[in-house]
Amino acid sequence: MHKKSLFDDSEEEGQGEYDEGGEADEFDIDGDDNFERPEAQDMDFLSSDEEADSLPTKPTKPTKKPRFAASSSDDDDDDEEAEEEPTTARNIEARSRALEAKAIAERAADMAEAAAAGAGEETMFALPSAEQQEAEASGSAPVDVNELQLRMRECVKVLGDFKKFAAPNRSRSEYVQQLLADIASYYGYNAFLAEKLFDLFPVAEAIEFFESNELPRPVTIRTNTLRTRRRELAQALINRGVNLEPIGKWSKVGLQVFESSVPIGATPEYLAGHYMLQAASSFLPVIALDPQPGERVLDMASAPGGKTTYISALMQNTGVVFANDANKERTKGLTANVHRLGCRNVVVCNYDGREFPKVMGGFDRVLLDAPCSGTGVISKDASVKQNKSARDFTLLSHLQKQLILCAIDSVTPSSSATVVYSTCSVTVDENESVIAYALRKRPHVRLVDTGLEFGREGFKAFRGKTFGEEMGKTRRFYPHVNNMDGFFVAKLRVGKPGKRAEQAREESEDEQGGDVGLPLEKMAFDDEADAELIRESKRKYLLKHKGIKLRPKAKVDAALCKTNGKDAESDEE
Amino acid sequence: MRPLTEEESKAVFSKLANYVGKNLVHLIDRSDTPHCFRLHRDRVYYVSESLMRLAVSVARPNLVSLGTCLGKFSKSGKFRLHITALDVLGQYAKHKVWIKPNGEMPFLYGNHVVKAHLGRITEDTPEHQGVVVYSMNDTPLGFGVTARSTLDTRKLDPTAIVVFHQADVGEYLRDEDTLF
Repeated sequence: MHKKSLFDDSEEEGQGEYDEGGEADEFDIDGDDNFERPEAQDMDFLSSDEEADSLPTKPTKPTKKPRFAASSSDDDDDDEEAEEEPTTARNIEARSRALEAKAIAERAADMAEAAAAGAGEETMFALPSAEQQEAEASGSAPVDVNELQLRMRECVKVLGDFKKFAAPNRSRSEYVQQLLADIASYYGYNAFLAEKLFDLFPVAEAIEFFESNELPRPVTIRTNTLRTRRRELAQALINRGVNLEPIGKWSKVGLQVFESSVPIGATPEYLAGHYMLQAASSFLPVIALDPQPGERVLDMASAPGGKTTYISALMQNTGVVFANDANKERTKGLTANVHRLGCRNVVVCNYDGREFPKVMGGFDRVLLDAPCSGTGVISKDASVKQNKSARDFTLLSHLQKQLILCAIDSVTPSSSATVVYSTCSVTVDENESVIAYALRKRPHVRLVDTGLEFGREGFKAFRGKTFGEEMGKTRRFYPHVNNMDGFFVAKLRVGKPGKRAEQAREESEDEQGGDVGLPLEKMAFDDEADAELIRESKRKYLLKHKGIKLRPKAKVDAALCKTNGKDAESDEE
Repeated sequence: MRPLTEEESKAVFSKLANYVGKNLVHLIDRSDTPHCFRLHRDRVYYVSESLMRLAVSVARPNLVSLGTCLGKFSKSGKFRLHITALDVLGQYAKHKVWIKPNGEMPFLYGNHVVKAHLGRITEDTPEHQGVVVYSMNDTPLGFGVTARSTLDTRKLDPTAIVVFHQADVGEYLRDEDTLF
């Protein structure tokens, strides 16, 4: 019974009647509660309402009542009353604030409860046997959704405190495998992608991530400052029956739309180009790019034009924006948006982005919103869950690496020469790896701060790969943390290639290895000594490759020795 | 991309003059940055010279658009203004028509402006004159041609057409595929 009570929002477990005592509150769910909330499938670990409602010690909830028999249903009545009151423009703000406060309170309460419940509880959860797993995988014995949910929770709990909860003869990886299989079948991912995304987060957070991918993101619009001001736009839209609020402190042009009685993509204001329907996340790379009036800017993959028009607006219709897209069909919509929003400084062209330094160089800033797998926007396009394989990721990251080099080469080096790289993907091989590659290939480029106040730092190391401290300057955004699409932004500053950059690099390397304390001698390769070593290792490698066991002093044939000498040089480079 | 020929310029300017009148001079000799008219794949673009010079480096098959598109030449050599020219027209329009809020949507769906929806109209607008249509809060919505002069509209019944529809911003949605 104790085990069930921890996560008690499925219908079967709603049988528990009101308890007189305070200590067993965890399982006094009443039937009403379940009827009110049809989303009993909700997997939200940290904010399930039922638990908080029935909890005796609510830390911050203002309506704290002494616990008695019917208190649980009283709470529900309160909720109903509140919900019956119609939502109007006047009270929406207060209501949403109240809801937020409630959610926070519940979250805290939940955590406290989970901790308390976890402490005094013995595990009753056992992993399914191998035969069972096989049967499930083959589809002969499909698992009930509720059971699946329960099992995932248990797995998460076990993995959260492995020493305490794990069955003695089970390894951690078994639990992880089971959890992955369950995630894949519960949320409908293919096994590869489920594992790839799962690896990005701690266990509990990974579930939150998957869960938030099922929910839609808020609708946001961007004011076109070429045509109007945000205050005027907000007023005009409110008059049309749209419920909105500024998107946050970080943007002066964004508005978040809560509900609307008219289609937000077809109002006269929209058609007259006063705003653009644009996800909050796609403001970020442009904010990072920080284009200035009079500059020459390139947007390498620009359709449908949300970022391009934002750049143009920030430049106040001066300078030049080159909006490129590789897809001819998509340039139509791009051109329409550019004209609708009144951007007169835009040239739309249709090239493969990789042709770019050849077509035209000398840009002051380049925005590369690279084509990506779309793992950050699964809530918008769920087909990603199934149709992405390892091969897709290899191809995409290859393309991205080519594109970022082209982007860097298109910029004229100067103190303000900037390349911003962004993707709507959360995987490491499309983000940090690409940046690390670019930094390696173009030594005169360095990472700088994006100028975005929020978001998580990029991975400095991931699964054995180290990207260095610098990578902390990149920013990652997640749907479950920031309530916007999963996104990655990196800002690169392009310095002058040549001696100075090399010098700076060497200096920084010296600083890192400075504790040796030796005076810098002239470093050179001792070719003779090297040749000997190389020959030896080459021989070993070859023999090993052929499966021949090594003997200490075997004869090396002369021809091999010669080729070694050549290889040695190229290897050393 | 090339400059307009004599004939083409005549066709474009006479169309523009229909809406902006003598203000056409301001379009050609701008005080701020020099602008020019360029033809690219039947379409006429109004673009600042610095932008045009940079766009020269884009190959013809890959260039989609530059600056502001004014309209296109039909196969028979006639020039037709597109809604994208509204920015330019709205700035220099000589004769204007304002429509009431209840008339906005019908106009944006491509209908003519009827007397009942007419909010304001420039004094002494002659018949068959190009006008720019605004909403009551001065947002340009499209353009058209007057059916009657300002004086005659007073006597019309509410359902009679005042302005013939030529283009409206709703075309950005309706004709996205054919517009560019």
